[in-house]
Amino acid sequence: MSILDLFKRRTSAPVARERLQLLLAYERQSRGQPDLVSILREEIMAVIAKHVQIDQDYLQVSMDRGATMSTLEIDIQIPNKSAAPLAMAG
Amino acid sequence: MGKVVVVTSGKGGVGKTTSTAALGAAVARTGKKVALVDFDVGLRNLDLIMGAERRVVFDLVNVIQGTAKLSQALIRDKRLETLYLLPASQTRDKDALTEEGVEEVIARLRSVFDYVFCDSPAGIERGAQLAMRFADEAVIVTNPEVSSVRDSDRIIGLLDARTMKAEQGELVQKHVLVTRYDAARASRGEMLSIDDVLEILSTPLLGIIPESQDVLRASNLGSPVTLSEPLNGAAKAYLEAARRLEGEDLPVVVPFERKGFLDRLLGRRAA
Ligand SMILES: Nc1ncnc2c1ncn2[C@@H]1O[C@H](COP(=O)(O)OP(=O)(O)OP(=O)(O)O)[C@@H](O)[C@H]1O
Ligand SMILES: [Mg+2]
Repeated sequence: MSILDLFKRRTSAPVARERLQLLLAYERQSRGQPDLVSILREEIMAVIAKHVQIDQDYLQVSMDRGATMSTLEIDIQIPNKSAAPLAMAG
Repeated sequence: MGKVVVVTSGKGGVGKTTSTAALGAAVARTGKKVALVDFDVGLRNLDLIMGAERRVVFDLVNVIQGTAKLSQALIRDKRLETLYLLPASQTRDKDALTEEGVEEVIARLRSVFDYVFCDSPAGIERGAQLAMRFADEAVIVTNPEVSSVRDSDRIIGLLDARTMKAEQGELVQKHVLVTRYDAARASRGEMLSIDDVLEILSTPLLGIIPESQDVLRASNLGSPVTLSEPLNGAAKAYLEAARRLEGEDLPVVVPFERKGFLDRLLGRRAA
């Protein structure tokens, strides 16, 4: 067993506490309410669909909830103009 | 075609989720592509044990209901690029799962991954039956204790009757994983012995996981014990169990109590 192990031993409970507080704060607030992430995703999809036709496969949504701030990452691949007619033909 | 392994028990709290995470990560460490699927709809915890709770956007129910693609719901592990998690829904109940939906998701996972581990909810009802429905193999998590062994026996009965394999006249390959094994209590005869458990269940042994602080520490940190501290006791036992699951013929050694100098010193003082 190394010194590092001893150190880890002492610090695992505070890590657990912090992770739980963060998670529960989010879960309590969102209980019974529609999920913000899915609302955002659907509305963003609708806006995009007004202009270009994209497959759901080209849309990746990822999330990282932090204590004071969360990041919602939306990665959309929009086909180039030249590729669009091909896609329609297929 | 990947293998589908259900981690099940009947009784609650015996270590299914811990074992799903530890075994899955152990197999993924060898370079195999592994998906962990949380079937405990409404009471998900695998995300927390894997340390992915802040990254859940979609879940199994979304995929089944078509509101998300499978590729969008799978969360890739930050430590191991071959390890993925498909979380359960926290806000829905078990009825949100349909058999057809589960079948399709499992079939698609099977075509992409080498191993699909299904973390079953406790009980023998619908949720547990759906988790085992499309399994090729089963890890039956058992504590060396009467009620856990009895429930394992019920689960074995279900595995032999209610799974797709069973209905097609084949057998789900079953393995018993004894967890929370306390060598000191076993040596004092206060706990069912491994031989007792195996004789009663007449199912081959996948491994013996000692009762260990390592497990609690790993869950505090949100990391499977086989990743965060692979050299410690419980992790070693899980790593060996994973190798047996992959077909390696490794003998199982029953842990015995080793009293170190410090233990003896403390024991004498306490007495
Ligand atoms: N080998 C072990 N040593 C010490 N504690 C353990 C061990 N295995 C599991 N535990 C602890 O037992 C508790 C239950 O474990 P876990 O959540 O994995 O069980 P489960 O079977 O998935 O429960 P449920 O039926 O509620 O889904 C947890 O607190 C876990 O940390
Ligand atoms: Mg569980």
